[in-house]
Amino acid sequence: MTESIAITDLADAEQGTSLWKDAWVRLRKNQLALFGLGVMLFLCVIALLTPWIAPYGYETQNLQLGAAPPSWEHWLGTDIFGRDMLTRIMYGSRVSLAVGFIATGVALLIGVLYGTVAGYAGGRVDAVMMRLVDILYALPFMIFIVLLMVVFGRNILLLFLAIGAVEWLTMARIVRGQVQSLRRQEFIEAAISLGLSRWTIIRRHLIPNTLGPVIVYTTLTIPSVMLLEAFLSFLGLGIQPPQSSWGLLISYGVETMEEYPWLLIFPGLTLSITLFALNFLGDGLRDALDPRASKD
Amino acid sequence: MKAPLKSTLIILLCSLLWACSGGESNVTIGNREGILHLGNGTDPQELDPHIVTGVPEHHILTALLEGLVLKDPGTLEPIPGVAERWDISDDGKHYRFYLRHDARWSNGDPVTANDFAWSWWRALQPALGNQYAYMLFAIKNAEAYYKGEVKDFERVGIKVIDDHTLEVALTNPTPYFLQLLDHYSFFPVHRATIEKFGKADERGSQWTRPGNFVGNGAYALTEWRLFKRVIVSKNPYYWDADKVTINAIHFHPTENVTTEERMFRSGQLHRTASIPIDKVATYRKQHPELLYTQAYLGNYFYRFNTKVPHLSDKRVRRALAMSIDSNAIVKQVTKGDELPAYTFTPPDTLGYTAEDGFHYDPEQARQLLAEAGYPGGKGFPVTELLYNTSEGHRKIAVAIQQMWYEQLGIKIVLNNQDWKVYLNSVENGDYAIARAGWIGDYVDPNTFLDMWVTDGGNNRTGWSNARYDELILKLAPEAADREERYRLMREAEALLLDDMPILPLYIYTSKSLVHPSLKGLQPNLLDYRLYKQLRLDASYSGEVIH
Amino acid sequence: MGRFILSRLLQAIPVLLVVITATFFLVRAAPGGPFSAEKIVPPEVVKALEARYKLDQPMWQQYFSYLNDLAHGEFGPSFRYPGRSVNELILGGLPTTAELAFYAMLVAIFIGACAGVMAALKPNTPQDYIPMSAAMLGICMPSFLMGPLLVLIFGVWLEWLPVSGWGDLPGDKILPAITLGTGYAAYIARLSRGGMLEVMSQDYIRTARAKGLPEWVVVLKHGLRGGLIPVVAFLGPAFAGLLSGSFVVETIFQIPGLGRFYVQAAFNRDYTMILGTTVFFAALIVLFNLLSDIIAVWINPKLRHQLREGR
Repeated sequence: MTESIAITDLADAEQGTSLWKDAWVRLRKNQLALFGLGVMLFLCVIALLTPWIAPYGYETQNLQLGAAPPSWEHWLGTDIFGRDMLTRIMYGSRVSLAVGFIATGVALLIGVLYGTVAGYAGGRVDAVMMRLVDILYALPFMIFIVLLMVVFGRNILLLFLAIGAVEWLTMARIVRGQVQSLRRQEFIEAAISLGLSRWTIIRRHLIPNTLGPVIVYTTLTIPSVMLLEAFLSFLGLGIQPPQSSWGLLISYGVETMEEYPWLLIFPGLTLSITLFALNFLGDGLRDALDPRASKD
Repeated sequence: MKAPLKSTLIILLCSLLWACSGGESNVTIGNREGILHLGNGTDPQELDPHIVTGVPEHHILTALLEGLVLKDPGTLEPIPGVAERWDISDDGKHYRFYLRHDARWSNGDPVTANDFAWSWWRALQPALGNQYAYMLFAIKNAEAYYKGEVKDFERVGIKVIDDHTLEVALTNPTPYFLQLLDHYSFFPVHRATIEKFGKADERGSQWTRPGNFVGNGAYALTEWRLFKRVIVSKNPYYWDADKVTINAIHFHPTENVTTEERMFRSGQLHRTASIPIDKVATYRKQHPELLYTQAYLGNYFYRFNTKVPHLSDKRVRRALAMSIDSNAIVKQVTKGDELPAYTFTPPDTLGYTAEDGFHYDPEQARQLLAEAGYPGGKGFPVTELLYNTSEGHRKIAVAIQQMWYEQLGIKIVLNNQDWKVYLNSVENGDYAIARAGWIGDYVDPNTFLDMWVTDGGNNRTGWSNARYDELILKLAPEAADREERYRLMREAEALLLDDMPILPLYIYTSKSLVHPSLKGLQPNLLDYRLYKQLRLDASYSGEVIH
Repeated sequence: MGRFILSRLLQAIPVLLVVITATFFLVRAAPGGPFSAEKIVPPEVVKALEARYKLDQPMWQQYFSYLNDLAHGEFGPSFRYPGRSVNELILGGLPTTAELAFYAMLVAIFIGACAGVMAALKPNTPQDYIPMSAAMLGICMPSFLMGPLLVLIFGVWLEWLPVSGWGDLPGDKILPAITLGTGYAAYIARLSRGGMLEVMSQDYIRTARAKGLPEWVVVLKHGLRGGLIPVVAFLGPAFAGLLSGSFVVETIFQIPGLGRFYVQAAFNRDYTMILGTTVFFAALIVLFNLLSDIIAVWINPKLRHQLREGR
């Protein structure tokens, strides 16, 4: 299985250059998408440089100061332990962006492959594969988390595993539905009659045509993954204090939204900006990659 | 799709407008009609006094049932309940209770000594799964009967002299026995009702449902809806019914403290069960008259696992304790007027106060740690601090983690586990340092000290001290008088605090919000309320804060 | 059509059986028994409780006796609520949660479809960006933030609506429905925008316009019908998701619903309750997925051959 993935990836890279080049040309014309891309790059750079540019230590407390509103020393204020919020948001971005992209990437990879295979194969294979998805949907998530923790202990990798395990299911359903309806369209029939191999059809015709909905769903998944991370960390599966993430900062901020609103506003704002940037970028990518767009 | 959509929208809009026109709040209506609305924490699991284990159930059951004695909410000294008086023999082992003749069940039946004897028999039936059966073990042969060593209930020290006289024989002179009688495991239950709905020792029979429930308390059960509310209303047959001024009490489940505080603010509750930590400061500043805090008979502490090599060294444990500024924790983190604890038993527990076992002294802590072989924290193994998943525990742990790092230079890893996993880990000794809390079952130092005997079920630290066991298990129970008994217990507690298998952090405070129309609350260590003493002042309206 | 539905219903049996079996053993593998407590539970009590709930029997015997009970429609007694059966608890919570999910769905459809249609009518203009951005915020705002925020504004500050409860005070169903619904509104907005964009470029819309019909008639009468098809397919699984995902909202607003049982049972290791709710939700998921597949097939003639093949 892994081998075949690697081979397809390689093949994609070789012959797909023109598709990606076209897409890039179209994307460059879309100012909003470029703006989104810029914001994301900026956030990633900040996240990478955080250990060197953060104004304070993320765990340094000042209990006497406590929760203080934004000031010249602490631009975004401090939390109830007197820790600098700007620093904590910066450190949090490392966790949140990593989780957001990696876990979503895992879900994307599994979901798209699984959904395409199920949708393309149809028949019994499809039925069995989709019933398996139903089963995984139905298992109690909380018990699954508790067991993961007990068996493996606290580990950031588990976090990706747990999130990926949940998120790929919906992705698979969406892709499968899309493939199923594409499969009966004339150009696929034509490709089959031309004698193209299954993998070629899947790779060159099916996956590119499902990219639109997949990209849109992905941009919606990333923020919900970041929030899921907060929930799992709260339960004890993910990162541990004094580390932080955007999701955790927001969930702490909610509790004190009346007393210390800055503890909610700034992390919330950061997440929202990320979300919008991703969304613009996603829409741009979808338009750029839409195979139908090139026909116009 | 369209028609229901449209009609629902219209309904939504109408109800919105209706709501905006302003309805009266629970508190306003309650004050007028004599209905008390209480936030009650977690949803009650059961209302059978011989099955329940929680505080929310306790608050409901004290309205529905009454034991032989009650407590004075001011002093916590016993006052007459169903028993109008009692005699205690000179050796302190024999109690004779004289039951009042006008005590009635909520269906009109008289409450007799037989009811109590039968109820206690039931509480001791193993099949019922009564987790508090051990509360009755002070009675002679009760423990042996429960464990099946004595088959004949006649041999248990409970004797019905006549309908209104009950005699109880104890194994040891137990100075806190009267305290126990007000615990729900000693409450009477109505035999005919229970037998109507199943076997006497059947767990989960229907007798506790509204309509079926027969009690002898000031209130009778009228409604019980899960996750919604429990309503009790005045029991006309109650012997002291003339004194009961509140007509009904609504117990609202309030698991979410944020929501509870908002319910209070919008006039849906007279009193909350709790208050969000971060709201305490706000209320103290803006509405101190609504904030109600009282010391609570409980200790928030950390357990050290003495079986872990580097924690088996007493100097390490003491160093860890002495480097914590618990004053800063109660002021900046828990913020609720908690009392920093340097003993395990809360000070002045029925006249008992132990000597402080340690104090905040980072300098000496560093020295102790160096003596133990970890100067400046060098070479100190990575140690895990375990707590069960909760915001409050997390905050305290985060503060302490940093204090240990700054004062001693040691790194502690925090680990939270879901409640059941956490219990499992602590029980199996699968931890290094673990958060814990202990609430006394009754007001006596014994409930805090007998847990630390060797292999005690609640010890879980691996700590053991022969002298301590002797003091608690043998010498103190047989002590001639209170003075002597307390002296022995102080000696035991000094041993415990010197060895420090535990690190006391603070004495609990119960914090809640109380509407000014609710009168008659008296602060005490148990958050004990005598509902018949409460009153509602109808001159107040619901809204207090905007 | 009949054969298709029948075959899918037959497929549901192994699905449910696997779910039951896996859950049955998973919950027993999780550490911490249903009766552990902060104060040690005496061994006599543990023994009595295990005997009462048949936990002292060998595992396979427990399993088959559970399957047997299940076949008779019995979910067994709840461990946490000694006097209640799981059947009673589920039936007690279901109407509330179903009602909440239904209102939330209406909110989601209303907000989502409005935003999506508005956006699709003038793509890549402010009329597109603003509603779509607002809808995006719905996803960004998790219910644990949305709920308390709405309560603070409409319940505490403005005092328009009750801060908690369900069916006790007039208007107390509005905020929970909005809180739960907005998360789904964004998905619906995106789906309906895409659907509408597709439809509005079709020939029959051009024909309708050419006939000189006013624009709103074209949109409402001809556009919506085709444009909302992707939304309809989304509703089935979404409704199942709303039912089992209402935990946070139910906790914030103190609503006596099923979502809380589902999550709390896991925390309490209430084995029978976990199994009961899981099986119940599994059946719902299977059912709603089937419904959405039927609708998808029904509106997409190209898939109809599947029915004949009886898959």
